[in-house]
Amino acid sequence: MTMAEGDLAVTEIKFVSPAQIGARPPPAAMSGAIGWLRANLLSTPFNITLTILIALLLAWVIPELVKFLLIDAVWTGSDRDACREVVQHREIGACWPFVWERWSYFVYGSYPIPQRWRVDVFFAMLAVGVVWLLWLEAPRRDLATGYFFVVLPVCSFVLLTGWSAIGLPPVDTVLWGGVLVTIVVASVGIVLSLPLGMLLALGRRSHMPTVKFFSVTFIEFVRGVPLVTVLFMASVMLPLFVPENLEPDKLLRALIGIALFASAYMAEVVRAGLQAIPKGQFEGAMAVGLGYWQMMRLIILPQAIKITIPNIVNTYIGLFKDTTLVFIVGIFDFLRTIEVARIDPKWATPVTSSTGYAVAAIFYLVFCYGMSRYARAMEARLAKGDRR
Amino acid sequence: MSIDLPGGLAPARVAFYNNPKVRSVAYQVALFAIVAFLVYGAATNAIDHLQRAHIASGFGFWHNTAGFDISQTLIEFSSQTSTYGRAFWVGLLNTLLVAGLGIVFATVLGFTVGVARLSKNWLVAKSATGYVETIRNIPLLLQLLFWYNAVLKALPDLRESYGIPGGGFLNNRGLVLPDPIAQAGAGTLGLIILAGFIAAVIFRIWAGRRQEQTGEQAPVFKIGAALVIVPAAIFVLVHGFPFTFDMPQRGRFNITGGLEVLPEFAALLFGLSIYTAAFIAEVVRAGILAVSRGQSEAAYALGLRPRTTLRLIVLPQAMRVIVPPLTSQYLNLIKNSSLAVAIGYPDLVQVFTGTVLNQTGQAVEVVAITMAVYLTISLTTSLLMNIYNSRIALVER
Repeated sequence: MTMAEGDLAVTEIKFVSPAQIGARPPPAAMSGAIGWLRANLLSTPFNITLTILIALLLAWVIPELVKFLLIDAVWTGSDRDACREVVQHREIGACWPFVWERWSYFVYGSYPIPQRWRVDVFFAMLAVGVVWLLWLEAPRRDLATGYFFVVLPVCSFVLLTGWSAIGLPPVDTVLWGGVLVTIVVASVGIVLSLPLGMLLALGRRSHMPTVKFFSVTFIEFVRGVPLVTVLFMASVMLPLFVPENLEPDKLLRALIGIALFASAYMAEVVRAGLQAIPKGQFEGAMAVGLGYWQMMRLIILPQAIKITIPNIVNTYIGLFKDTTLVFIVGIFDFLRTIEVARIDPKWATPVTSSTGYAVAAIFYLVFCYGMSRYARAMEARLAKGDRR
Repeated sequence: MSIDLPGGLAPARVAFYNNPKVRSVAYQVALFAIVAFLVYGAATNAIDHLQRAHIASGFGFWHNTAGFDISQTLIEFSSQTSTYGRAFWVGLLNTLLVAGLGIVFATVLGFTVGVARLSKNWLVAKSATGYVETIRNIPLLLQLLFWYNAVLKALPDLRESYGIPGGGFLNNRGLVLPDPIAQAGAGTLGLIILAGFIAAVIFRIWAGRRQEQTGEQAPVFKIGAALVIVPAAIFVLVHGFPFTFDMPQRGRFNITGGLEVLPEFAALLFGLSIYTAAFIAEVVRAGILAVSRGQSEAAYALGLRPRTTLRLIVLPQAMRVIVPPLTSQYLNLIKNSSLAVAIGYPDLVQVFTGTVLNQTGQAVEVVAITMAVYLTISLTTSLLMNIYNSRIALVER
């Protein structure tokens, strides 16, 4: 068909447009910012009311928060006078000089000042281990597990408690405090709870009645009582149960309590992973002649752990938050150091407590939120492998 | 089981220590021996320690006079005459009070936030997400300390108390409200209201049956409310209001009369409810997402409104997924109420594992009793939950 014929054919039917009409933009009220607003915020009267209420609430909370943390905050000063309304004659927000001055106490507790480099080395080693384990493209990741679960605990123990033979004066755990203790308690819980939890989970699924009975009893008992009572038990009953010369110090007692508590929860997480492994995997492993431990180590656990990584990280988040409870049995973790510092008369002002709690909240929020983001990224990565 | 092998080939003899049955028994005996040894060692050490420290053992202390005061008592308690056993009950009731109220508030707030997270309203959904992410990632203990020390203790003191409309006061020593005191006829009023409720429930069941048979709907809520309110209102009009209020009076040094709400109690209730609500919201959200889209689309196709769809179609199915983790959140709330000890609310742990343990020194007995209480609550709840679960579980072909 030539062009002319086509034109002719079209001219015969006058009421049909010869060219396609270009797409017109949607009505202004349905697209762009206004459309978005209408669809997402103002779709029904009920929604409009909700939007207004929430907007009012946010308009009240957020400026107050910004005002307290930044605008009205005091940034420099040497004692409480800097943060008192009666002295400064203005509205006072957060008292940051209090935090600057007490920062080293919040991080190290009463750890002797000349020895604090040891804590720094510990933090650095821990950071290396964590990055090595979590960063998937890191070099020589095969060594990372050994480093994290064997080298790091031994080195940290020697470094932090001291060993006179190599010139590190011993430091009593009573002097430990702040972020150091929080990190130590959390890491010990993390490092111990996974292997203990795996053993308990395997025990719970064992065919041997005695093993099963002890595992179930332990798991259900620990999960049925609050952590506070477990810590009380560890701190007041444990010293009764061991011979006097072996009496553990206060921090060790709390560590034992936390580790046992966390491993019971971890056992249930691992058990869920074990239950998700198809029977064929067990049968296949037995058919090729693997023994129980070989089967578990090479076939079952790697798969079970892989699918439960997000849940394991969630348990770790819970554990990290629960470390604050050692506060109750008299250990100077991060929260406790803030509690102690905020009632210090040198900094006694109406805003000191809020400032201290704000710092603590930011600290825990950053750590826990970071871990939960990692768990979610991991979940997405693992889901990718299952998608066909 | 034996197999006849041709050519006189006997099955290879397995050394007895490689026999799985023998091994299994050996492992179990070894484990049992280790546990028994540890328990025995712990027990002898404990007895030895306690004898040397001259600490009595056994539960005789239960009937000894306590000699300390408790700031909030739901049952009669006096430091002079009441026993440690009585203190235990006071603590337990305080725990149950804060946990019970906490469960109610956390459920209401949690369901609201959980549904809000799935709202089509962008602002509502984002605010709910922000709430959940913030609250879940801050330790409960920190939140309790914040509510108690930074909010409630920072309220003005007695002389500058906030007056609450209706005759209450709010200051850094707590909240004082008018205390209703029952007069003659209060019991009758209670019975009338109870009867109204029963009548309303019966009416609802009847209306439901009628709707199934004839399709006619009855205004269930309006008639039910009328059944409860009208008789009670008539009684009040005829007889007079059977309660008087003990109004708090502000003196120079303290407030006399009225119903006092301790700041410790308020902080614990706030903290527990807000914290647990964030977890319940996640449970609710997961449950609603687990109901397939087809269900709500079919409901819309039938002409149900969004809220009716949520109430009649989505939530009943989501409840199957929601209930088991919801129960474990309730248990967590009950267990977390033991953090009361950090802010000094007289719950079971603070009164019993704290004060009583310090006074008697009988750590083993006191900790054992406390743990037994929590274990009983946990195990009973799990049992009830399993029964409920098997009843509502999806029945498949």
